[in-house]
Amino acid sequence: MQRFAALLDRLTLTPARNAKLRLLADYFSDAPDPDRGHALAAITRDLELPGVKPAMLRALVAERTDPELFALSYDYVGDLAETVALIWEPAPGAGPPPDIRLGAVVARLSRLSRAEAPACIAAHLDALDAPARFALIKLVTGGLRVGVSARLAKQALAGWGGVEVTEIEEIWHGLAPPYAALFAWLEGRAPRPEPQAAALFRPVMLANPVEPGDLDRLAPADYAAEWKWDGIRVQVTAERGTRRLYSRSGDDISRAFPDLIEAMDFEGAIDGELLVMRAEAAPGSPERVGSFAELQQRLNRKTVSAALMARHPVFLRAYDLLAEGQEDLRRLPFTARRARLAALVTGLDPARFDLSAAVPFAAWDEVARLLAAPPHDAIEGVMLKRRDAPYVPGRPKGPWFKWKKDPHLIDAVLMYAQRGHGRRSSFYSDYTFGVWTAAGTLVPVGKAYFGFTDEELRRIDRFVRDNTVERFGPVRAVRAEPEAGLVLEIAFEGLQRSGRHKSGLAMRFPRIHRLRWDKPPREADRLETLERLLG
Amino acid sequence: MQPQDLLRPTPAGLYCPVGDFHIDPVRPVPRALVTHGHADHARPGHGAVLATRETLDIMGLRHGADHAGSTQAAGYGESLALGGVTVGFHPAGHVLGSAQIRVEAGGLRILVTGDYKRGPDPSCAPWEPVPADVLITEATFGLPVFRHPDPAAEIARLLASLAQFPERAHLVGVYALGKAQRLIALLRAAGYDRPIYIHGALARLCAYYESRGIALGPLESATVDRGTKGAFAGAVVLGPPSAFAAKWAQRFPDPLIAFASGWMQVRARARQRGVELPLVLSDHADWPGLTDTIAQLAPQEVWVTHGREEALVRWCGLAGIPARPLSLVGYEDEAE
Ligand SMILES: [Zn+2]
Ligand SMILES: [Zn+2]
Repeated sequence: MQRFAALLDRLTLTPARNAKLRLLADYFSDAPDPDRGHALAAITRDLELPGVKPAMLRALVAERTDPELFALSYDYVGDLAETVALIWEPAPGAGPPPDIRLGAVVARLSRLSRAEAPACIAAHLDALDAPARFALIKLVTGGLRVGVSARLAKQALAGWGGVEVTEIEEIWHGLAPPYAALFAWLEGRAPRPEPQAAALFRPVMLANPVEPGDLDRLAPADYAAEWKWDGIRVQVTAERGTRRLYSRSGDDISRAFPDLIEAMDFEGAIDGELLVMRAEAAPGSPERVGSFAELQQRLNRKTVSAALMARHPVFLRAYDLLAEGQEDLRRLPFTARRARLAALVTGLDPARFDLSAAVPFAAWDEVARLLAAPPHDAIEGVMLKRRDAPYVPGRPKGPWFKWKKDPHLIDAVLMYAQRGHGRRSSFYSDYTFGVWTAAGTLVPVGKAYFGFTDEELRRIDRFVRDNTVERFGPVRAVRAEPEAGLVLEIAFEGLQRSGRHKSGLAMRFPRIHRLRWDKPPREADRLETLERLLG
Repeated sequence: MQPQDLLRPTPAGLYCPVGDFHIDPVRPVPRALVTHGHADHARPGHGAVLATRETLDIMGLRHGADHAGSTQAAGYGESLALGGVTVGFHPAGHVLGSAQIRVEAGGLRILVTGDYKRGPDPSCAPWEPVPADVLITEATFGLPVFRHPDPAAEIARLLASLAQFPERAHLVGVYALGKAQRLIALLRAAGYDRPIYIHGALARLCAYYESRGIALGPLESATVDRGTKGAFAGAVVLGPPSAFAAKWAQRFPDPLIAFASGWMQVRARARQRGVELPLVLSDHADWPGLTDTIAQLAPQEVWVTHGREEALVRWCGLAGIPARPLSLVGYEDEAE
């Protein structure tokens, strides 16, 4: 438990991605099974423990600590779990506690009934030192935040075991904590676990942006084009009665979209765009697609109400077919997969599934003309896919390109938040955001306020409060590191050089286009991208 | 005699009307008794200063030989008459030369702890208990969340990080007086015998500690020239925390910022300062230290000076000991 607690504390304070990878890899080398597997599950949020409410912790502390001293301490420390961990009085006369293994703690806590929880938690707190108490409390209250995404944890595993991360992603959903078979494989003691469970996630193929000069070297006839829709990229997989909806990073988000799951009457895996539909418009008509703001109402939910599903039903616009029945189609050329996809979609409920239309073109400037006036607001660009290319996980250079409609759309990282005015005065609703410099630091590039729903506003407000690192009067600096922070998609009208700004440039009419909860800050844009826009 | 006739809080600091002197005054006064050399306790410009030999030397190093009109050195445990008052200096275990000050008159004894700690420290004389009727205690870490861990364990964490990241320079923020030398001595005690690199701001005080017989091993100046950057891979570099925010730190290879301070026990403090490796190493008494001392010395009354007075006063109340906060201003939290 002490080794695990030390790992969490180091990860939380380590900004650099490579250093995090080394901390994780060294931990995987040192810690025995099943401890390391439970630690991995805690970091990827796959560890299921019965929840403990803050009220119970407060009650436990109140039995041992004067309420006034506790209040003064909590006020100073600012975090309940940390205050309890630090203030917890070890049994008098007890020496340094013996180390309890994480595996033993998890085994005990996972069988815990509600009635025995308080006494059991208290006994564990007695037996641990302060950093381990903190880790334990964060585990059982579900508040563990160490700035490591599930993907980064998998990358650490891959680097440590000398395999490709896609090999891990492909079997991930068939594995369960404490992952003994996974570690055995990565240590070379056993073969790779079979992806046995049904409806597994298949790592996604991604496109590169079109860079100046790229197209000059390519023959238009080699590529097919289709619209790039402003929804979220997902994978729907149905196998042997199991149906799953995955985000592009492999998170299972099925529970939020039962309306789509119900309509998945096929065997296979479809890659597509999740969009919200305007039910009053006919299937297939351009008016059918709702805005991203409407879709956002459905995102980031554990469950969904019938009313919300009725107000904002979702559908899938199919891009690609990765598997059909037992057959893996990923090695086939795009045109062959596309023909199979078209045939499959014909048999599905047209209200829930349609085929992403091909956009015919003969020359690149024809695509540019189409992009200048796309037929729908929810189109954010064109995808170009090489007709003979197989489906390759990752972002290979060459087979797929994305050509964005609005060149003035960047991903920036939230750096500072300030209270708003009027109706918004109780929220942190004015945001300063930045992009990465070549040296790997963030430089502010603009300021905008948030124009979405109250619910989104509350969520980002909570993010600001939970992640404040410093206060300057009404302004809060928030955590903004490569692996921890919030990415904002910023739309703007233009850029000009400016001597008044540290970044050397100023944005015209920046606005927050959407919140990218799904994107790690390290993937946000770089200053050089903006400088290139200046020309 | 009532306690407040012997010592009372004034804007300049604690004042003794009978002996006509101040203790750790924050502004220039005719006669000052100084507990230790930290800048917020030992200020220049007094008429006469009475302090331990080491504290006087440190004041001279920091403020120049003419920091006071005249100086007088007091040995630990000696009794000196000042007007109608007897005073004495006793080891406080805080930094080299640090003292608790005993003030007695008319059968009444007050002990001013100054800054103190009870744990072992290879770089200064250990704290000694001095029973008194009135105890005037510091409260820098006066909250029950502060329980400072074993210093050897913190040093072990630093050494483990050096082994794990041997290509990174480990920059450890330390206050120039006390913390720097204690950290070096602890590293040496743990068997670390490579040169330790020190920022220019630490050099004079380290040399002074050496001259007082505290061996610090090989120390080298933390100056990075164009060709020498590589030499700092895996090195321990000590400097004042303020230097690490500046460009200075970026000259080192892939610097890993550590900070040795009692405040590092609270994670938000480490986060705010951008510290990657917090080392909980304090030269002040922690909560058990403060409360054990009060219980052990069993004073009639406790006055609490700088720090988190409220909680310690509350604890005294629960223990049935009359206590009050003095709310003295001018002593800084951060200078620990
Ligand atoms: Zn001090
Ligand atoms: Zn002090």
